[in-house]
Amino acid sequence: MITTILLILVGLVLAPLAGGLLAGIDRRLTAWFQSRQGPPIMQAFYDVAKLFGKQPMASNPWLVLCAWVYLVAAALSCVLFFLQGDLLLIFFVQAIGAVFLVMGAMSVPSPYSQVGAQRELIQVLTYEPLLILVFVSLYLATGSFQVSDILAHETPLLLQLPLMFIVLGYALTIKLRKSPFDFSTSHHGHQELVKGVLTEYSGPYLGIIEIAHWYETVLVLGVCALFWSTNVLMMTLLLAVTYMAEIIIDNTMARMTWRWMLKYVWCIGLGLSVVNLIWLYAKI
Amino acid sequence: MIKSFIKKSRVKSPWIMHFDCGSCNGCDIEVLACLTPMYDVERFGIVNVGNPKHADILLVTGTVNHRNKKVLKNLYDQMPEPKAVIAIGACGTSGGVFREAYNVVGGVDKVIPVDVYVPGCPAKPEAIIDGVVLGLQKFAEKVEAAEQGA
Repeated sequence: MITTILLILVGLVLAPLAGGLLAGIDRRLTAWFQSRQGPPIMQAFYDVAKLFGKQPMASNPWLVLCAWVYLVAAALSCVLFFLQGDLLLIFFVQAIGAVFLVMGAMSVPSPYSQVGAQRELIQVLTYEPLLILVFVSLYLATGSFQVSDILAHETPLLLQLPLMFIVLGYALTIKLRKSPFDFSTSHHGHQELVKGVLTEYSGPYLGIIEIAHWYETVLVLGVCALFWSTNVLMMTLLLAVTYMAEIIIDNTMARMTWRWMLKYVWCIGLGLSVVNLIWLYAKI
Repeated sequence: MIKSFIKKSRVKSPWIMHFDCGSCNGCDIEVLACLTPMYDVERFGIVNVGNPKHADILLVTGTVNHRNKKVLKNLYDQMPEPKAVIAIGACGTSGGVFREAYNVVGGVDKVIPVDVYVPGCPAKPEAIIDGVVLGLQKFAEKVEAAEQGA
């Protein structure tokens, strides 16, 4: 009982703190790559605190509702993950949040918001099948969708599912809103479509979405961590290397179009999945 | 505690929006120079956003004329409180050499309230950064005055 409450607290409180800190480290490293000094590590928290201090301005009540549902869904999926629940349930709860973000952006007449919402939908369409395939492959390797059973698996899953980890990397890049997949909105100060899907969310509502984004970052990184859950040191190393690779990709790639993303990510992602699953099947 | 953190954060995270109100682009180049590795304003948490709904500080360069004064007013109205306006360059502060022209309204303060004036033709990046810092103080004062009034 006490462990359950502790795990809920970890998922609810520590996860967004880690996500915000990661965002700050990300900006710092990016600045370092560009031979700049960069903002303080705590910058993401300053930004969100400031946003909560701004006057609330919403074009319609839908925006407010959608921002909140996005936050609740992201937090809930994160908590479910830390409670070692069912990956499929986590996936569906997370998907509800993603869809509500798009619905909010579509509820206003602003063309930037509209185009951003369409592009966000395409992004969701691109990464959701990949995430499902990753979960299915975890099921095939361990025989369960439960995070607790996957954690109980004795050998590191990365050795069995190396290609699925790359597939998950694509989903992570899209989810983190990094180049080359940052055309619905960018997590940097870039002005793609003004701010794309986030154009109409302002003040406290943008702050809510930012916190939800931290939850989602931690969730996807958590799924990455499942690939080497047998050893804490190796798990940390795997996460660090993965995130570093994300930042390098972000800094070396140009922003691409949604057509390219859909073709490229589906072809490579589905191809890698099929190869990995056949290999897994042949080994069993 | 949360209130004081928000107060501290306001100063640490000013998002600026830059509006070219009919400038010759001299001041605009200097504004964008602030974002380069040479001046790197991101180390103060300053981000150049393109959306008035996300902005805290409005940087305006150039003279205001009868065509774009409505746009300027509209952008200002879309920014949520607390906000500050900084007029940049000789044209932004007063209309500059164009102030007598038939189509020119004058400086930015003819249309919206201006908090900080940054002179220069063009204004130096250092002066612009100073202006933003001063603007932050101004809006901290404004917030405090509003809180005491309420």
